[in-house]
Amino acid sequence: MTKEVIRQEDVVIRFAGDSGDGMQITGGQFSDSTAKVGNDLATFPDYPSEIRAPAGTRAGVSGFQIHFSASDIYTPGDAPDVLVAMNPAALIVNYKDLKQGGTIIANTGSFTERDLAKAKLDSNPLEDGTLDGYRVVPVDINQRVLEILKDSELSKKAILRCKNFYTLGMMYWLYSRPLESTITWLDSKFASKPEIADANKKALQAGFNLAETLELFQGRFRVDACRDLEPGTYRNIIGNEAIAVGLATGAELAGLKPLLGSYPITPATDILQYLSAMKNFDVVTLQMEDEIAGICSAIGGSYAGRLGITTTSGPGMALKTEALGLAVITELPLVIVNVQRAGPSTGLPTKVEQSDLLQSIFGRNGEAPIPVIACATPGDAFECTVEACRIAVEFMTPVILLSDNYIANGTEPWKLPIIEDLPKINTYIAKEGEEYLPYKRDERLVRKWAAPGVKGLEHRIGGLEKDERGGVSHDPENHELMSHLREDKIMGIRETIPTPQPTGDENSKLLIISWGSPYGAIRSATEQMNLEGSNITHLHLRHLWPMPHGLQEIFEKYDRIVIPEMNLGQLRKVLTMCYPSIKFESYTKIQGKPFTAYQLKARFAEILEEM
Amino acid sequence: MSDLNVLKPKDLKSDQEVRWCPGCGDYAILNSVQKTLAGMGIPKENMVMVSGIGCSSRFPYYMDTYGFHSIHGRANAIATGVKSANPDLSVWIITGDGDGLSIGGNHMIHSLRRNVDLKIILFNNRIYGLTKGQYSPTTPIGTRTKTSPVGSVDRPFNPIQLALGAGASFVARTIDTKPKHMASVLEAAAAHKGSAFVEVLQNCVIFNDGAWDQWTSKANRDENTVELVDGQPMIYGKDKDKGISFDSCHANTVSADEASVWTLEHNSPVPAFVASQLDHMPGLPIPIGVMRANDEPVYDEDVHAQIAQEIEKNGKGTLKDIIYAGDTWVVK
Repeated sequence: MTKEVIRQEDVVIRFAGDSGDGMQITGGQFSDSTAKVGNDLATFPDYPSEIRAPAGTRAGVSGFQIHFSASDIYTPGDAPDVLVAMNPAALIVNYKDLKQGGTIIANTGSFTERDLAKAKLDSNPLEDGTLDGYRVVPVDINQRVLEILKDSELSKKAILRCKNFYTLGMMYWLYSRPLESTITWLDSKFASKPEIADANKKALQAGFNLAETLELFQGRFRVDACRDLEPGTYRNIIGNEAIAVGLATGAELAGLKPLLGSYPITPATDILQYLSAMKNFDVVTLQMEDEIAGICSAIGGSYAGRLGITTTSGPGMALKTEALGLAVITELPLVIVNVQRAGPSTGLPTKVEQSDLLQSIFGRNGEAPIPVIACATPGDAFECTVEACRIAVEFMTPVILLSDNYIANGTEPWKLPIIEDLPKINTYIAKEGEEYLPYKRDERLVRKWAAPGVKGLEHRIGGLEKDERGGVSHDPENHELMSHLREDKIMGIRETIPTPQPTGDENSKLLIISWGSPYGAIRSATEQMNLEGSNITHLHLRHLWPMPHGLQEIFEKYDRIVIPEMNLGQLRKVLTMCYPSIKFESYTKIQGKPFTAYQLKARFAEILEEM
Repeated sequence: MSDLNVLKPKDLKSDQEVRWCPGCGDYAILNSVQKTLAGMGIPKENMVMVSGIGCSSRFPYYMDTYGFHSIHGRANAIATGVKSANPDLSVWIITGDGDGLSIGGNHMIHSLRRNVDLKIILFNNRIYGLTKGQYSPTTPIGTRTKTSPVGSVDRPFNPIQLALGAGASFVARTIDTKPKHMASVLEAAAAHKGSAFVEVLQNCVIFNDGAWDQWTSKANRDENTVELVDGQPMIYGKDKDKGISFDSCHANTVSADEASVWTLEHNSPVPAFVASQLDHMPGLPIPIGVMRANDEPVYDEDVHAQIAQEIEKNGKGTLKDIIYAGDTWVVK
């Protein structure tokens, strides 16, 4: 029987289950197959901070959302069209986010009395009217998998672990995706355990067949390859990996070898892991004893002539503060990556927030200016990382690169740069035979770098104030001079960064400013509203310290300027300080969850109404 | 021959005026380090002195080598980065009982555990000098200082035992008033591959004068210290008539002809630990000399060996390899 194929422009699916159900793998596989079909896509995982919270409870629910489309998209989507719920807890935590009339595929095999009790439910939501208004597709996935694999020698527990691939098979049929890339992945992932690879492959195929054979779905869907992707070679990239690749690239473009000193912390750990696997790229990775040792070993690495890097998240950033000051006064290149999470203190370690901006710009003792750059999307993270390396090396300074948990674990198709087109990064390294004064500066106020091992350039640096010759100096005038020179050097970086270009037309009176990951939702919201007849301008800031030239002139054109941020208005405070004649308004959200385009549109519409 | 062999101690003196208090034990250590390093055949440009904060940590400014005067307690972490970035360098850490054992205690034990090829000289004067006289993690119980006006109730570390417990592959002790002994210990440390931990009993003339006199003054040291020499019996006393014998994990004083032979020929830290227990046995001499020297895998060498092995196995990575990695597809 041939079923109807319905063409759709874009689809949002959320996979939700217990944190042991393999939802992240399911989502990842669906993303890879979707990228192969040529859709534009964006993904976002949502998982608890406990590795295995008590099974079946609401606290243990792990989710993965994917948005894929035949046109350009910028976010993992607002409300899912389809929710796959592997148990009652996953259903009850997620169903309210679904679109009106959306589809719920529920694994009824995990809706026993016991399962309901674990999710603190008195009655079965599949039967008690909770889901009125949604299309519910009940499938006893547990039973199906046990039947398919009844001849397998695997234990019952191991067989039930295949249920995520059964589910994936169903979804592949429903959205017309090929199975091949997942089959290849299973063969390589379980190369040493072929019986597990085989069981999962059987489950995948069986799920696909079930969806095709049974009358579970009215029809299947198709989302065409994206029309808007520019020609080129693409890969699906996750934010943390983009930063790791960017760090290796930045070092290479400067002709340097990287040295990463780090300490594991969610959600930044992956960057350390990715770089640790790049040993044949001559990357030194040191997993140090704590956050302080992480940055200090990186500073030592920079002093000795490598590109020092450290990676962390908010609480770790706080610990590194004193060493940041050391990197400022010794004027050594250093890239500090802060993958922000919700704070203060331990906060919500697996949830997103962008509340470390003020800490990044100001959070040190003394006058200690550090450039700050923020990335917007996983693909943008690569460019921002290379830019952070450029500023660090060309200006002999620590640079803070801000990412966040949303970018770190989100994916999107990344158009790969042409290697030969990547601009080289200049180094300013003293050579044997020249007279070397450690704090002698060029016209950009940048000092030269002299790593140990070069004859005749022996010198001392350190945390005490120095004069030009590198001698300790307590001279009041010298300290004032050096403080100004360090400040002016950082402000001089503005000469090398472009003025960001706002979208929108001349007549727009409302400017929306983004920084960091809200970029995607803000771009979606403003583009959609403009298509619907509104006139809103969007300006994205990548360089947050120092601010690029030309912003005052841009700001002056608008009646109202609104900054949506996942904090209590940190960029607004900075802009108000830097541009005192301009009035900036905040629209903040601090729930550990990203903005949706939907909520932004509603707010922007209110503002337009008021204007 | 190259000019390496003609390096003189004065070649390692910087143009900076040395600003320790007159009579400070640090002067003797500076002279000894300059003498030792000049004679090691290490090119001057490969020497790096790294320090934290404290009186001792001004040391790098007085050496005409590469130097990094860093922040309090962090010298070991910074030096680990320096040595891992370039294993050809001879990296020395200058620290004190506060810098290295209190605020920097974590970095100290972890760099010893990893066996990074760093030469660590810990100036132990049992007091915070630069902040003008507060008790440190090596100050004995009952000591009156500015923050313990009726006597310290803080139980101190034994630095030798801390280093041994952290797995240090080389542990030694010397005293600021015995320059020849200090030179021999520093030479042994410099020759060791891996972390070398050297405790120097050092006098602070201003805030803790005479703290070590019982062991280090000319009048007392022969009776109250025992020099451990590899392959030699442990003999001490003005007349070399007394000895130390080890008897099932206890150290006892005996006559010189009954003294046990001290040997470094084992990979166990136990003998060194037994010897260091002498510190806690009133009436017995404290040990000085090389207490442990064992060949163990060296961290920075292994870091680079893995890199070399991966390059050998997979070829040197290029930008193309890391950017065009994984599943790619082409949009036309």
